[in-house]
Amino acid sequence: MELYQYTVQEIGEMLARREVTASEVLAASAERIGRVESRIHAFITLTLEEAEKTAKELDARDEIGGLAGIPCGIKDNLCTRGVRTTCASEMLEDFVPPYDATAVKKLKAAGAVMVGKLNMDEFAMGSSTENSGFFPTHNPWDLTRVPGGSSGGAAAAVAAGEVFYALASDTGGSIRQPASFCGVVGMKPTYGRVSRFGLVAFASSLDQVGPITRTVTDCALVMNAICGHDHLDSTSLKVPVPDYTKDLQEGIKGLKIGFPREYFQEGVDRGVRDTIMKALLKFEELGAVVEETSLPHSEYALPTYYIIAPSEASSNLARFDGVRYGYRDGNARDTVEMFSSTRARGFGPEVIRRVMLGTYALSSGYYDAYYLKALKVRRLIKEDFDRAFERYDILASPTTTSTAFRIGEKAQDPLTMYMSDMLTIPVNLAGIPSISIPGGFIDNLPVGLQLMGPPLSEATLLKAAYAFEQATDYHLRTPVLEV
Amino acid sequence: MTEKYEAVIGLEVHVELKTNTKAFCGCGLSFGALPNSHVCPGCLGMPGAIPVLNRELVEFAIKTGLALNCKIAEFCRFDRKNYFYPDLPANYQISQLDLPIASAGYLEIESEGVKKKIGINRVHMEEDAGKLVHQGSIMTTPYSLVDLNRAGTPLLEIVSEPDIRSPREASMYMEKLRSILLFLRVSDCKMEEGSLRCDANVSVRPRGQERLGTRTEIKNLNSFRSLERALEYEIKRHIELLEEGGELVQETRTWDEDRQVTLSMRSKEEAQDYRYFPDPNLPPVIIDPEWVERVRKTLPELPDQARERLMSEYNLSSYDANLLTMSKDVLDFFDACVAEYNEPKLIANWVMGELTRLLNQNNMEIKDCRVTPSSLAAMLKLMEQGTISGKIAKVVFEEMFNTGDAPEKIVKDRGLVQISDESAIKAIVDEVIAANPKVVEDFKAGKEKALGFLVGQVMKASKGKANPEIVNRLLREELSRP
Repeated sequence: MELYQYTVQEIGEMLARREVTASEVLAASAERIGRVESRIHAFITLTLEEAEKTAKELDARDEIGGLAGIPCGIKDNLCTRGVRTTCASEMLEDFVPPYDATAVKKLKAAGAVMVGKLNMDEFAMGSSTENSGFFPTHNPWDLTRVPGGSSGGAAAAVAAGEVFYALASDTGGSIRQPASFCGVVGMKPTYGRVSRFGLVAFASSLDQVGPITRTVTDCALVMNAICGHDHLDSTSLKVPVPDYTKDLQEGIKGLKIGFPREYFQEGVDRGVRDTIMKALLKFEELGAVVEETSLPHSEYALPTYYIIAPSEASSNLARFDGVRYGYRDGNARDTVEMFSSTRARGFGPEVIRRVMLGTYALSSGYYDAYYLKALKVRRLIKEDFDRAFERYDILASPTTTSTAFRIGEKAQDPLTMYMSDMLTIPVNLAGIPSISIPGGFIDNLPVGLQLMGPPLSEATLLKAAYAFEQATDYHLRTPVLEV
Repeated sequence: MTEKYEAVIGLEVHVELKTNTKAFCGCGLSFGALPNSHVCPGCLGMPGAIPVLNRELVEFAIKTGLALNCKIAEFCRFDRKNYFYPDLPANYQISQLDLPIASAGYLEIESEGVKKKIGINRVHMEEDAGKLVHQGSIMTTPYSLVDLNRAGTPLLEIVSEPDIRSPREASMYMEKLRSILLFLRVSDCKMEEGSLRCDANVSVRPRGQERLGTRTEIKNLNSFRSLERALEYEIKRHIELLEEGGELVQETRTWDEDRQVTLSMRSKEEAQDYRYFPDPNLPPVIIDPEWVERVRKTLPELPDQARERLMSEYNLSSYDANLLTMSKDVLDFFDACVAEYNEPKLIANWVMGELTRLLNQNNMEIKDCRVTPSSLAAMLKLMEQGTISGKIAKVVFEEMFNTGDAPEKIVKDRGLVQISDESAIKAIVDEVIAANPKVVEDFKAGKEKALGFLVGQVMKASKGKANPEIVNRLLREELSRP
């Protein structure tokens, strides 16, 4: 077994026991990147030189532990001090933030070694990473397929062994859907569990930072490092952070799991449904009580999301105007022309589409019919979950409607592309935590199992996910990338 | 013609608050600092930065709301007002749309002895934008520079009901509002520096008609004077147009200070759609009624109360009391001085007279002034003791104002002690009588005025130091000798 194949937990223990040095681990990652990156295209920017320095410093320490010395990647919409943060957009192609996102800062404080910034759909808008303003990322399981999105670079890099884990963001499924497509673990924490400071905003009421890892234990380890209140984000929760690894092995005897029938209906591939149904049987075997339930407003989640997210985005992305940083059309003759041509040239088509959608939805005369109505439906969706969690500890479903689709397959059809997020979006609207773990395979392509829980139930989700993982071997399968 | 019509005016006032830090970040406030020296990722609108509400801003807003007799909301919210402008870093302004922090209040003005309540519709919190610096005119400048020091400065917008009926009432409303804000110490209220700004909405209607006429909004009112002038102009324009059978257009106009006219800026149709929506970065503000009560208990004496006190305790006229309560700093100076020397009327005269004259002449504020309440009290005591005359006192006071020295020191150093030694004065009186035989004759012939001239001559010869009472008496004695 090569070094890059170990988990965060294992490498961490090896580093702590001084069986390997941080520099050796980094070299293994760098070598792996050298071998596969030309086929995956996960990274927008590599920071191996900086990483070497960090690794050397860590090796010089008397003690090393936790995440210290373990190479990771950061989605390119999380600000990294001194390292360009592009959001995969020409608009920010040369933007170098003078500050770290809080989650990044916490990882650095824990000794994380950042090897680079990861590809994504431009400004996190998309489900395939084909909307990257630079290049698409390829799925390690099948290079002709998408890795999902928007955190496609992050999921692909973790699956391909280029990094041990990645930090990403999830607004409507952007962590879980690519985790599902790439056969890795991705968690979207409770809204407010992780600070959003330094995460370039897409839809502020939905955005949340979370980890992508190869195992559930690794996910818990990264969660331990990134969660907590931040005075720079007043929507971050003032709730103590538990040790998420503590109860992992407790087992799930008696755990009540509901599966919402709306998540197993038409629109979800038969194979995916069957795979997840089989996964539910596994939970029963493990002692959980599994029952069908209903989230009746599920069908409204997608349209609701496509009002709220673009509305917020239209305002959040207004700051990219060429005045202070980023791309500017220098040939414009006056201010208004500078604004419009900078934005017309700097943004890609999907970003422009969503900004226009949002601008329209917020316009005078349409606000009540669209935005306000969407807020009301959002509440109904949240109440569906509240009611379900009165009876069930967690809910289980497929993460996605299908396995990874082919590059180009949906790129020309935004609506079909939007539909591929219908199972992950409700969680963001409700602000609840959710995790996607490998739940099976169809034709050697991973299928994601999504677990959802009430606010701040991350420990329960991780415990259930761990029990399933330990009872299956899906997480042990790796894509074959050797030529 | 103006008798036939009635003006209906409402004012929207923006006031910059002097909190320690900006509304949504930790930057300090600055006026006149090096461009872009008081900025951070937050107020620069950098990617990923998130606003965090300044608690002091909420406290200032509660204070102001209470002083304006408003109801303080238990729940309020911030909204984004979206528009593109290079001085607005995020291209949206954080403001409050339908859930402002305070509403339904009033303030009282007094017009020709009659008290009148002007309703306050709402008080809401928002942030200021930065500034653009042009080379010459905005129309011809080859480039614009952006200074974001002011971006994120906390503002209150205070919106009156359309209860104001004349330009004079409008400026009285502004003066009263300004003095209340100064007493609360929430703002410097300097119109010329833009820390107090005002837009006016005005319409006219035939007297007796209830329905409101078409209104126009006037911007760029940078002084009380331009507020009054612009309203006078605009009311006249409305009336003339109506008399000619014309129709008013609802529009925004700007006051051209140089030409003393209002000019059309944009019509209602051209008005921007700000696409307001709740700011998802800022949780709703829940205001505990106990907090409001705590703030209420710390409210300082307000101008109306202070005015009553000056009139009832010190017997000052309503005019004096008004002037002394225009600014909290002036009132504090006055009160401190009275505490050391219990002659309120005399002190009021000095504060509103010499002190105000010198402050205006030097373009200074009372708080920057070197004369202290104690030093003024000390000087007035020297006057009372007869050490200096009233005339010399003005010289001493000006010296105090310029140097900050104690009056005793100035009197001693410059030898300004009043001469009350009769023999010394007698010698000068004799000299003056001897030197002016013609005037002496006039006096003796019954020309009372001639005495004044002789007194003046004696004072001049004594360099103003002779005790005027003694001079008068000795002159009369000498001149009445046969």
